[in-house]
Amino acid sequence: MNWLLGLFEPGHALGLLALDPPGWGGPLLEGLLHTLEVAAGAYIVGTLLGVLGAFGKLYGGPLVKDIAAIYTTAVRAIPELIEILILYYLVPDMVNKVLLSLGRDRIDLPPMLVGTIVLGFVLGAYMTEVLRGAILAVPHGQIEAGRAYGMTPLQIAWRITLPQMLANALPGMANLWLNLTKDTALLAVIGFNELTETSLQAGGTTKAFMLFFTAAGVLYMLISVLSGRLFALAERRARRGQPSLRGGGV
Amino acid sequence: MTAATAQDAPQERNGTARPGSRAEAIRIDNLHKSFGDLEVLKGVSLTAHEGDVVSIIGGSGSGKSTTLRCINFLETPTSGKIVIGGEEVQMRADGTPASRRQIEHIRQRLGMVFQSFNLWSHKTVMENLIEVPVHVLKVPKAEAIARAEKLLARVGLSDKADVYPAFMSGGQQQRAAIARALAIEPRAMLFDEPTSALDPELVGEVLGVIRDLAAEGRTMLMVTHEMKFAREVSDHVIYLYNGRVEEEGPPEQLFGDPKSDRLKQFLRTVG
Repeated sequence: MNWLLGLFEPGHALGLLALDPPGWGGPLLEGLLHTLEVAAGAYIVGTLLGVLGAFGKLYGGPLVKDIAAIYTTAVRAIPELIEILILYYLVPDMVNKVLLSLGRDRIDLPPMLVGTIVLGFVLGAYMTEVLRGAILAVPHGQIEAGRAYGMTPLQIAWRITLPQMLANALPGMANLWLNLTKDTALLAVIGFNELTETSLQAGGTTKAFMLFFTAAGVLYMLISVLSGRLFALAERRARRGQPSLRGGGV
Repeated sequence: MTAATAQDAPQERNGTARPGSRAEAIRIDNLHKSFGDLEVLKGVSLTAHEGDVVSIIGGSGSGKSTTLRCINFLETPTSGKIVIGGEEVQMRADGTPASRRQIEHIRQRLGMVFQSFNLWSHKTVMENLIEVPVHVLKVPKAEAIARAEKLLARVGLSDKADVYPAFMSGGQQQRAAIARALAIEPRAMLFDEPTSALDPELVGEVLGVIRDLAAEGRTMLMVTHEMKFAREVSDHVIYLYNGRVEEEGPPEQLFGDPKSDRLKQFLRTVG
């Protein structure tokens, strides 16, 4: 055990990764935390937008359908980097315009908040399509039974459609989550100190680029592997009641 | 079913004259329904009194399922009048219901049984049975569960309460679906070809449950292909042809002495 810790002492090969300065381990972990925070926040925002978008596209009136169509088409057509740059300057500007019109002072939005909103907005467009497909895969009779027993549209959506579509949606949702954790790296361009930005800084300062990019890569991979497990568990739960394709019962 | 229920119910219902004094449970007047240019119902009228078993028979495309599905507005009629338990459904000029609330309220009192069961596949049998009572009718959960257990015993599925529908046979699923319909304590039950999706050897167990319900004096409207069964349990049989009521009457008359050539032809074909 001591030899392992020794590798992280100043002067050793991995000393630059030590948690205490001059090591960059602390900032890297902080960057990882920021990455996870932004990704989790954006995933919640994006999923909510996706649910609205999917139901809007399927069951909305003409206006709602048009808005949803423009949203998914535009957002999915433009490179995310450009969207992030546009929205990064647009969102604070709009917020401030509203504030000024209300006679309030300008505020500086924290990059974390802007990043969360922007990535969530982009994710919502992809999520809309994943969820729309999953909803369409719910057998019509399941929804009809809800209608036949006097459930309200909201009850049907919440108690029947959403739980049943989840099993169909989760593989796609897991994909989006994995993409999202990596898309947070794009926030480096707006100077948000997430994992990639931090490893850039560390590399720039110490010139040990390979070391820090590899360390960042390993951390991203850990996120993927662990969250992959979680999604697999969630999917198994969502598939309750469905006979396994491999047979053998519940 | 339990013996107690059987004793409470009228023992012999077939062929007895229907007293005209009983209240109307379901009445349809001059119902029209079009799918685009295709007119499926061309003015169907029918009445089911409290305690009646009314069977709707007819060939494929005659409009019998559509008629049934218009009653709880799973299909929106194009025009006509629908009265459930004395309450007329408010419809706009184009046939769409004027009040979603009213439709939901009416649906909560009609127990629908589908051809393909439509049990909610992500819920166990017990969860299926208490879903509507607890979440729609706001019955306390413990009470709903106690009632559901009795119903499961009654349809012979006590051991299946915690099983998901996909792990049961079609006959078991349909019996569970009937129990789900009973769980809302419906004023009337609607059966949409309840045995058509079943393997032949499973039809009997489902018909047995329906037969018990009929004997108990439940109001039931049933679309069926089981002619022998319809003759046995019905108080009134309606033969639909091409979106119209071609002939109707008590089962003995309709099956034993059909007047219309089309009905004679139909009965010869189905056996």
